[in-house]
Amino acid sequence: MATTLAPAPAPAPAPASTRRRKTRDRHHRGMSRWLVLTLITLAALVMLVPFVFMLLNAFKSPADYSNGGPLSWPSEFYTKGLSTYWTTVNFPLKFWNSFLIAGSVAVLGVAVSVLNAYALGIGRVRGRLWIVGLFLLANMLPQEALIYPLYYISKQIGLYNTQLSVIIIFTVIQSAFGTYLLSSVLGTFPRSVLEAAALDGAGKWTVLRRVVFPNLRPTLIVLLIFFFIWTWNEFLIPLVMLIDNSTQTIPVALASLQGDRLMDAPTTNAGALISLVPAILFFIIFQRTFSRGITAGAEK
Amino acid sequence: MALTEIEPAKPRRKRRGGGAGYWLYLLPGAVLFILVIGAPLAGTLYLSLTKWSGVGDPTFIGFDNYTRLFQDEVFWTSFKNTLAMIVAMVVVPTLLGLLLAAVLFDVIARRFKPRTAAALRAAFYLPQVLPVVVAGIVWGWILRPDGAFNSLLDSIGLGALRHDWLGDPHTALPSVMAVMIWVQIGYPIVVFMAALQRVDPELYEAAEVDGANWWHRFRSITLAQIRPETFVVALTCTIAALKVFGPVFALTRGGPENATNVPSYFAYFTFFKKLQVGYGSAISTVLTLIIVVVAAVFIWLQYRSERQDREV
Repeated sequence: MATTLAPAPAPAPAPASTRRRKTRDRHHRGMSRWLVLTLITLAALVMLVPFVFMLLNAFKSPADYSNGGPLSWPSEFYTKGLSTYWTTVNFPLKFWNSFLIAGSVAVLGVAVSVLNAYALGIGRVRGRLWIVGLFLLANMLPQEALIYPLYYISKQIGLYNTQLSVIIIFTVIQSAFGTYLLSSVLGTFPRSVLEAAALDGAGKWTVLRRVVFPNLRPTLIVLLIFFFIWTWNEFLIPLVMLIDNSTQTIPVALASLQGDRLMDAPTTNAGALISLVPAILFFIIFQRTFSRGITAGAEK
Repeated sequence: MALTEIEPAKPRRKRRGGGAGYWLYLLPGAVLFILVIGAPLAGTLYLSLTKWSGVGDPTFIGFDNYTRLFQDEVFWTSFKNTLAMIVAMVVVPTLLGLLLAAVLFDVIARRFKPRTAAALRAAFYLPQVLPVVVAGIVWGWILRPDGAFNSLLDSIGLGALRHDWLGDPHTALPSVMAVMIWVQIGYPIVVFMAALQRVDPELYEAAEVDGANWWHRFRSITLAQIRPETFVVALTCTIAALKVFGPVFALTRGGPENATNVPSYFAYFTFFKKLQVGYGSAISTVLTLIIVVVAAVFIWLQYRSERQDREV
C-alpha cells in the first residue's frame, strides 16, 4: 500500500515576507539558504544516480561493458541489448498481460468498492463499522496468509496460470481498500440530497447511478489509478500464479530472467529501462488527475 | 486517506424502510471477500496445524509446527531482519522525510521558486514510481562485485573498499537496508509536503515575529500540525516493512546464509521450494498475527492522540 501515492500539487507560493524582516537578517539567511539548497540538491542528485547508471549501460554492447566497465561512456549507441530483451521476453505480450490484469482490476475493483461503500456508507447497514474494519484488515493481511489455499484451489478449478485468477484475487484485495476509503467518504454524503431524490421516487439503484456516482467521480478516478499502479507493481501473487511465459506480467518476467543469470549487464539494464518506461509514462500522464483528485478529496 | 474518517455513529432510527434493501449491494463484495480472503485465511490457519506437502491429505499434528517454529533459528533471524527493515522503511524515511519535506516547503519553496521545490520533490519521489522488482534488479547489478558501485569506489580512489556487497553476510543486510531507504524516502516527503499545505502560514509568520528560530518552528508548528499524516505514514510503512517480499526476492533471495531473510520470503520458500505447506502456514499465521496487533496498536494510539487533541 505504501508504494504509490499521488504527488500533491505544487506548494502555493508563500506570501512574501515583509521587507522589514528581510533586511533584518538578510545576510544570515542569504548565506544559509544557498547552503541548504546545495545540500538538498546534492541529495536529490544522489537519488537519481541509479537511473543514470541504468541509462548509461542500457546502450552499451557487452564487449564495451567488459572493456570500459560500468562507468564509462558508451563507445557506440548500441540498441541490441534493448531489442534482445524485447524479443527474448516477448515484451509486447508481457506488457499486454500487465495491462489486461491491472486494467481489469482497476475497473472491477472500483465497481465492487462503490457497491460495498453504497451499502455501508449510504445504506448504513447494521454492523457496518465491523464490516469496514474487516475490509481494512483484509487489505493489511500478508499475502502469504492467503497464497497457498488460493494456489491450491485455483489448480483444482483450472484457473491456475490464467490472468483471470490474478484479476479476481486483486479485485478483492484492492476493493477492500476502496471500500474502506469510499465508505468514509459516503458516510458524510449530504442526507438532504438523498431524501430529495427519494421524494422524487428514485429507487436505490437510480440514486446510486444518478446521484452518488456522479458525485464520487473525481475520487473514483484517483482510486482507479491507484488500483492500476498497485496491481501493475504486484509481485508475489503473480509470481506464484503465473508460471507460463504467455501469462506472466512485466515484473515477474524480469525477475525470472534475472534468476537464469543468462542476461549480461547491458541487457539487464535495457530490460529494467524498458520495464520502468510504462510506469513513468503513466505517472506523467496522470499527474494532473492525481492533483485534482487529491484536492477534490481535501475539500470534502 | 486518514485512517480515522470512519463515519461517526449517529443513530437515525426515524428513517423508514432503512438498511434492509442495501444488503443486496453488499452481496457481490461479500461473496468475493469470503472466497478470496475469508476461506483461504481459514485454510491457512487450519493447514498451520497439519503436516502437508501439497499432495495427498494433510495430517493433523496440532501445534507442532509452532513449537518447531519457535526453535527455528531461521525464523528468529527473519524476524530480527524485519526489525532492520522497520528501521530502513519506517524510522529513517519518516525522520528524513519530515526534515526534507520541511526544508523543501519552508526554505526552498519560500526563499526560492516553488518550482524548484517541486522539481526536487519529484527527484526524491521517482524511485516510488518504478516497480519495486525493477529497483531490486538494478540495485542488484549496481552492488555486484563488477557492478557500478565498486567502479565508483575505484574511480574516486577508494578501491580498497571494493566488496561483494550483497554476497557477504556482513554487508548484505545493510546494503538491502540502504536500497529500501532509497525506495521509500519519496513517500513520506510527498505526504508531508501535501500536509504542510494545510498549515496556516500565519502560524509561521507569527512565530517568526516572536523570534522563534527554524528548529523551534519545525518542532512546535510543523511536527504538531502534521501529526495525523505522520501516523498514516508510520502505519502504512510499518505494514509494508513487515510484509516486504519483492525487493528481497530480487536482490538476494534471502541470502547469503539467511542474512537478509524476512518472514515473507521464508514463508514463500517453505511453501514452494521446500513444499512444507503446514510449516509455511504457521510462519504466515504468526506474521498475520503480528501485523494485526501492530495495526491495532497504531490505530489505538492515533485514536487516543486525537481524543487528547479534542479535549485540550
